[in-house]
Amino acid sequence: MAWNDVVTTVFLFVGVFFALTGALGVLRMPDFYSRLHPAGKSDTLAQGLILVGLMFQADDPMVAVKLALLTGLLFVTAPTATHAISRAAELDGLEPWTHEDPEEGHREDGSEVDDG
Amino acid sequence: MSGFVDQEMRGQTFLRVVAKMLFPFILVFGVYVITHGELGPGGGFQGGVILAAAFILYGMIMGAEELERRVPRWVTDAAMALGVLLYAGTGLHNLLAGGAFLDYTMLGPDRPGDAEALGMTLVEYGVGITVCSVMITIYIQVCERAATDVGVFTRVRKERR
Repeated sequence: MAWNDVVTTVFLFVGVFFALTGALGVLRMPDFYSRLHPAGKSDTLAQGLILVGLMFQADDPMVAVKLALLTGLLFVTAPTATHAISRAAELDGLEPWTHEDPEEGHREDGSEVDDG
Repeated sequence: MSGFVDQEMRGQTFLRVVAKMLFPFILVFGVYVITHGELGPGGGFQGGVILAAAFILYGMIMGAEELERRVPRWVTDAAMALGVLLYAGTGLHNLLAGGAFLDYTMLGPDRPGDAEALGMTLVEYGVGITVCSVMITIYIQVCERAATDVGVFTRVRKERR
């Protein structure tokens, strides 16, 4: 096994671990805002790690440069998209889940959000 | 709708900074896709849509009125016509030079391979310019339409609440 295969394997394993954690988090978290945490953060890190791992498999240096650019783009855009989604939910009046108020998915005025 | 969204959006410093930062990179990528249409995956239409996506992102963050101020109506109208003119002009030039319509080899009969590449590139530029300006125009028109319906929208919103 060449050295670059070892590095790729390590990066892919860590990346897949974070992707799995993110998927579990989206399934297990109680409400919309807390689900955005795994969806936004750990998926961004997982994508970044997987792409960095693939960079070591590129024969052509240009492919590695393109993957690096893609990693940078994802690190900027994915958190921005998460920010925009959570801000839109806040503007729509969706209240965060709390221990005192475990009823999820309603707005400040008590109306229901019909997204299931 | 656009009035409601625009007002909220203008206060979004974070989104504005990221959109402004990404704007030149999206443009460069759009031109890259247009120029690679002749050999690799890509082409005038796809590249034009990516170019338009940069302007539409700007319009979504800064408001459609601001986009129209930066890219006035006469610019998009002229670009639409210019793209078609470039496409048809390349074709007609070959027709007048004695070949068939869009017979690229007539651009340089001595070097048919290069002439073909040049002709295809010109046609891709034409398609890209037209698609980009048409997309921007459609976006601005939809926003204007939505802005006139803003009263209806807010009433529906209140009823829903």
